[in-house]
Amino acid sequence: MTDATANAAPAPKQGKHAGSLFDADARTKKRNAAETRFRAYGLTAVGIGVAALIMLMTSILGQGLPAFNQTFITLDVYLDEAKLDKNGTRDIEAIKKVSTFGYAPLIKNAMAAKVDELGISFETFGVSGKDAEAMISKEAAAQLRRFVIAHPDRIGDTVEFEFLASGRIDGYYKGRVSMESAEKDSNVTPGQLQLADALKEGGALSTHFNWGFITMADASENRPEAAGIGVAMLGSLYMMIIVLCLALPIGVAASIYLEEFAPKNWITDLIEVNISNLAAVPSIVFGILGLAIFINYAGLPQSAPVVGGLVLTLMTLPTIIISTRASLKSVPPSIRDAALGVGASKMQSVFHHVLPLAAPGILTGTIIGLAQALGETAPLMLIGMVAFVREFPSAPPEGFFDPASALPVQVYNWTTRADPAFVERASGAIIVLLIFLLCMNFLAIVLRRRFERRW
Amino acid sequence: MNDMRPVERSVDTKEIKFECSDVQVYYGATHAIKDVNVTLEDKTVTAFIGPSGCGKSTFLRCLNRMNDTIDICRVTGNLLLDGEDIYDKRVDPVQLRAKVGMVFQKPNPFPKSIYDNIAYGPRIHGLAKNKAELDEIVEKSLRRGAIWDEVKDRLDAPGTGLSGGQQQRLCIARAIATEPEVLLMDEPCSALDPIATAQVEELIDELRENYSVVIVTHSMQQAARVSQKTAFFHLGNLVEFGETGKIFTNPRDPRTESYITGRIG
Ligand SMILES: Nc1ncnc2c1ncn2[C@@H]1O[C@H](COP(=O)(O)OP(=O)(O)OP(=O)(O)O)[C@@H](O)[C@H]1O
Ligand SMILES: [Mg+2]
Repeated sequence: MTDATANAAPAPKQGKHAGSLFDADARTKKRNAAETRFRAYGLTAVGIGVAALIMLMTSILGQGLPAFNQTFITLDVYLDEAKLDKNGTRDIEAIKKVSTFGYAPLIKNAMAAKVDELGISFETFGVSGKDAEAMISKEAAAQLRRFVIAHPDRIGDTVEFEFLASGRIDGYYKGRVSMESAEKDSNVTPGQLQLADALKEGGALSTHFNWGFITMADASENRPEAAGIGVAMLGSLYMMIIVLCLALPIGVAASIYLEEFAPKNWITDLIEVNISNLAAVPSIVFGILGLAIFINYAGLPQSAPVVGGLVLTLMTLPTIIISTRASLKSVPPSIRDAALGVGASKMQSVFHHVLPLAAPGILTGTIIGLAQALGETAPLMLIGMVAFVREFPSAPPEGFFDPASALPVQVYNWTTRADPAFVERASGAIIVLLIFLLCMNFLAIVLRRRFERRW
Repeated sequence: MNDMRPVERSVDTKEIKFECSDVQVYYGATHAIKDVNVTLEDKTVTAFIGPSGCGKSTFLRCLNRMNDTIDICRVTGNLLLDGEDIYDKRVDPVQLRAKVGMVFQKPNPFPKSIYDNIAYGPRIHGLAKNKAELDEIVEKSLRRGAIWDEVKDRLDAPGTGLSGGQQQRLCIARAIATEPEVLLMDEPCSALDPIATAQVEELIDELRENYSVVIVTHSMQQAARVSQKTAFFHLGNLVEFGETGKIFTNPRDPRTESYITGRIG
């Protein structure tokens, strides 16, 4: 049949669709060409997006991953009684009187002892004892002091410590500092770098994973090696707890009321328009609002997670309300009719039937709102969370009122500092932030799947 | 209430369950039901017939105040259930709906297990004292809904996983599980095959022993088969109401006649 028509000379046909099916007519060709072009545009767009993502990821990972590793110098420190506890009473108050300056000589001595032990000498590298001490982070003295205060009975012993190497020495092993750059650098000499290499050969210097980056607090300008995201993470966690505890119940209650109970009139219409607009308000406006209301008017402390949490709650509420209302709306009305039909009250029909069906949507909206809040920087800077915070906030609920930082603010903070070692740490903090965001989005997907698969 | 029934039956005079007079329903400015006067008797099946959009569902939904859920809907007139005005301010529609059950045009099982679908009503009304009693109610309702044999082995399976016809019978079982006194059915058989339809019709016939049943249907044959009384609606008016046999054999109104014979609709 087909053969016959294909082989036979096509008889002149009449009608709108005359002509063989085997040759595309001009119109069809044109449409197909348009489709091909559109596909090409689409592919290009996707390609640009993916390339941008890959570039972003490689740049962040490349810069940030070294932040998780740190160079350490291991020294045996003699805890000299004459320096730390002159009276020999082991009275903790007397020991506390010795400041970190009092500990510096101990480290200097320990460094000299280590060099002796390895059979090398400072002179070989043209390094003074003071230069050698500078290779160790200024944080070391504080670390030593903490140890002594915690273990006063160890005074008089020789104890092995792993100290952070200074930022420049660390940078040398991460490729940030080289012999040439050290020549011009007032903070480090090539001799120090050579000594570091010698220490490494002797096994006293090593580079490995640094938990301190995750657990420690921020550190001052001149000791980037000791800076960590501990306080920022805790601050962010506290704020997320507050946001979750406030925004979820308030948002869900408001949505249920608006969607299920409120009469439909111009007042509710107005509220609806306002909520949609609130979602589009720039976040910094919420920061100004928070500054005016919570700090200036209500007198809550600056830099406190409670204020940050409240501001972020205000910011997250519209997101949660909009997504909750959308998922309530998507529950078929026949379910409500069914519940009312067997004599359930309005409230029972909502809580027994509508809400469980809307739960996956509500959860997804909430988690996306939380993720947004987690990454928010601008409003937090306005309420003082950009301050330099060394102290960990205490456990909640008091901790909500202690000064803290937040992850994105910490990132911003570090990028403004001069030492390039802070850029590395900022990228490291971004990686942690991204991991949290990814986890939250993943959780949203898992929850949605779980709940949807139920029936 | 229950112990009254045998007495009622022995007397065998059909009491009036619903007495409706001057009922008007408006959807905003639309006048959907005009001046309807109708009485629904106990232990009787009343069929509502009429062309699409004539207000059958609207009137049915007045009887258990489901129209309350529609913001723009306004009902006036007297609707007396056992002599009590159901639109009185003191009436709680929730309590009314426990007494006047409803089966909807589209099957709408809860997205829960078959067991929970049936048990939900009795649970919220406190009809069962313990699990055993609840089990009994569930089984009895499913049996009366003519679906027990098909689902008895999978009571934990989701109700939404049943076929359309099974879902509708599940909804009927759910409606009778709360022991209503009046059962409103809005085109219960529109999604069913002839076999399931026959089962549901049989069920309606059985229900007549205890309940007053109102059924909306587009099938003349069905109305003729199951009902004792028929009401014909047209453009919001109740055109004719009377014995089913009379309406189908000897309609008084020309509109009824043309509808039954298939000339309008
Ligand atoms: N929620 C509503 N809002 C506005 N108008 C409505 C609403 N529901 C029904 N109506 C109108 O009321 C009239 C009666 O509708 P109803 O649903 O009672 O018809 P019906 O007789 O049940 O029709 P069908 O046989 O097709 O189900 C129709 O004109 C319809 O447009
Ligand atoms: Mg209808």
